[in-house]
Amino acid sequence: MAFKMAFRPKLIKPRRTAHLFLIPVVMFGFGYLMVPIYNVFCDLTGLNGKTGSISVSQANEFEIDVQRLVKVEFLSVLNQQAPWKFDPQVSSMLVNPGKPYTTHYIATNQLGREMVGQAIPSVAPSKAAAYFKKTECFCFSQQKFEANELKQMPITFVIDPALPDDINTVSLSYTLFDVNSRIN
Amino acid sequence: MNAYATHADDHHDHHGPAPGLMRWVTTTNHKDIGTLYLWFAFIMFFIGGFMALIIRTELFQPGLQIVDPHFFNQMTTLHALVMIFGVIMPAFVGLANWMLPMMVGAPDMALPRMNNWSFWILPFGFAMMLSTLFMEGGAPAAGWTLYPPLSLQTGDALPFIIFSIHLLGISSIMGAINIIATIMNLRAPGMTFMKMPLFVWTWFITAYLLIAVMPVLAGAVTMLLTDKFFGTSFFDAAGGGDPVMFQHIFWFFGHPEVYILILPSFGLVSEIIPTFSRKRLFGYSSMVYATASIAFLSFIVWAHHMFTVGMPLIGELFFMFSTMLIAVPTGVKVFNWVSTMWRGSLTFETPMLFALGFVVMFTIGGFSGLMLAMTPIDFQYHDTYFVVAHFHYVLVPGAVFGIIGGVYYWLPKWTGNRYNEGLGKWHFWLSTIFVNILFFPMHFLGLAGMPRRIPDYAVQFTDFNQIATIGAFGFGFSQILFLILVVKCIRGGEKATDRVWEGARGLEWTLSSPPPYHTFSVQPVIK
Repeated sequence: MAFKMAFRPKLIKPRRTAHLFLIPVVMFGFGYLMVPIYNVFCDLTGLNGKTGSISVSQANEFEIDVQRLVKVEFLSVLNQQAPWKFDPQVSSMLVNPGKPYTTHYIATNQLGREMVGQAIPSVAPSKAAAYFKKTECFCFSQQKFEANELKQMPITFVIDPALPDDINTVSLSYTLFDVNSRIN
Repeated sequence: MNAYATHADDHHDHHGPAPGLMRWVTTTNHKDIGTLYLWFAFIMFFIGGFMALIIRTELFQPGLQIVDPHFFNQMTTLHALVMIFGVIMPAFVGLANWMLPMMVGAPDMALPRMNNWSFWILPFGFAMMLSTLFMEGGAPAAGWTLYPPLSLQTGDALPFIIFSIHLLGISSIMGAINIIATIMNLRAPGMTFMKMPLFVWTWFITAYLLIAVMPVLAGAVTMLLTDKFFGTSFFDAAGGGDPVMFQHIFWFFGHPEVYILILPSFGLVSEIIPTFSRKRLFGYSSMVYATASIAFLSFIVWAHHMFTVGMPLIGELFFMFSTMLIAVPTGVKVFNWVSTMWRGSLTFETPMLFALGFVVMFTIGGFSGLMLAMTPIDFQYHDTYFVVAHFHYVLVPGAVFGIIGGVYYWLPKWTGNRYNEGLGKWHFWLSTIFVNILFFPMHFLGLAGMPRRIPDYAVQFTDFNQIATIGAFGFGFSQILFLILVVKCIRGGEKATDRVWEGARGLEWTLSSPPPYHTFSVQPVIK
């Protein structure tokens, strides 16, 4: 840079900086806005494996595809050392898309006191999550267990016949969380 | 002495610094605040370095030697937080404080009182952060990325680390706003945007990155806080949240953050190389556009830090290709630095050596980054020492060498004395040799599968770990030379001329060395 210098009176423009303080405030809000954006995005794409629920009447509207059989596998996971015994009644089922099915998960509270659990579902492959619909599920609400209680917990589901053709197996996994501390 | 400087000195309403220690507490002078920032960063550099040496000492041999695994994890976590928020960022802000007003011909920063605040928040933030070492349950040990649910298992330290991150965020946001305001409002008449020195440009863009993403980090850690203490479940799957979401929010901040840590060094190197090549910077405008492109791209590549969380193929492809796209503007920069040197009359004073070291070794880090950008390869390298080698190459012989080069470049200007060139060269060569002994073997360790953040390892990794540890101590102790050199230079030495370097261009060199306490009370006109 070539400079030629000359004396000039002090020339400082007005300090237009207020809008600069707005950017961090807006971006702080944007950080929080990412939470609903993330959830909507995952709902639309099924990316985090969260499943959708529909009403019984909607479930009955599906046309049953008797030609096609899809294998549904049932898995159970205990979070950390949650004090339950937690298993699916059957490890897998062969189902026709469009037809509602009911199965159970069985959980036993192994502590001598009342416990509250919350099951969180996840479907793999994530592409299938959007087509896995439940009309009834023990995961819709928290489950209260008396001391040493055994509970048979139902789930009624239907697979949307629009399930892409390349998917022949869908795995449904439940993780059971101990939520006593959240309640207290 | 130059007319502008003299002019400022002769005015009776312009005073020098106030006497006594309160000068440093109450100062609103950009040079004082720059000095405070730089010394703060220097002190934190030794604290963070000490933590690194604890890590390397433990890793000298397989098995557990000197620290327990929990404390080891506290060291890796705090080392990162100290080096990122306590060394590189404050050092950049310090250089910006000292140099930006002098480079754009402004009398001071635009918001001097806020400037004082933004510095003085830092020591409190770090006192809070380091105090967690003495708390029940120890300092945070979940890594600087603070991924839940692990980070939520932190003991009493959790709220302290979160509030300290809030303070550091507020400090750097205020610093960034000040820099933007200075550049937008206080440039000398005639200094158009496309005439600004490149250090000013890179800081201008960095400052926008800072005000855009530091609040997002503040939001993410606030969510951790409310998850832990107020019953929200942003990241708690049991309550309907998702821990993977934290990684998305965190890296939406985190990736622009890594450019915050490197762009000002690009600017420093772009000042130093033309001076010692005695040529104009090759491709000035392409440098500006490359910096802006890197800044823009940094917002759309974040998920390459988390390829292994389970993403659909389309997502992996998008983040892979957008990440590799960054190599283009970065390559433009490296090409321009090399072309600046092409047929220049080069001399190799210490700042130039550090700048050249930067170009070579930052590029090594850039290449390993390109390897990590490839999704299938990342699956193998994820969370191994290869990643550690990569980001240390871009941050230590990258960002830190840029800063050290900048300090050598302007030290004679700041102090009025020439530093000891022989000592400076010793510092450079020892640092360069040891930094490679330290970090290069980590590539091999990572390729062989050694995971990061683990205090123990399989015996076959012993040799390379021992080499790295030797390099770590060598590099660490070499920095004491730098401390000695800086102190000696402040105390005295051969007087520096106003221009200091034969090939130096820019407004700061029109001032005397050292510059008077107040400069450019009358703005120069650039034609």
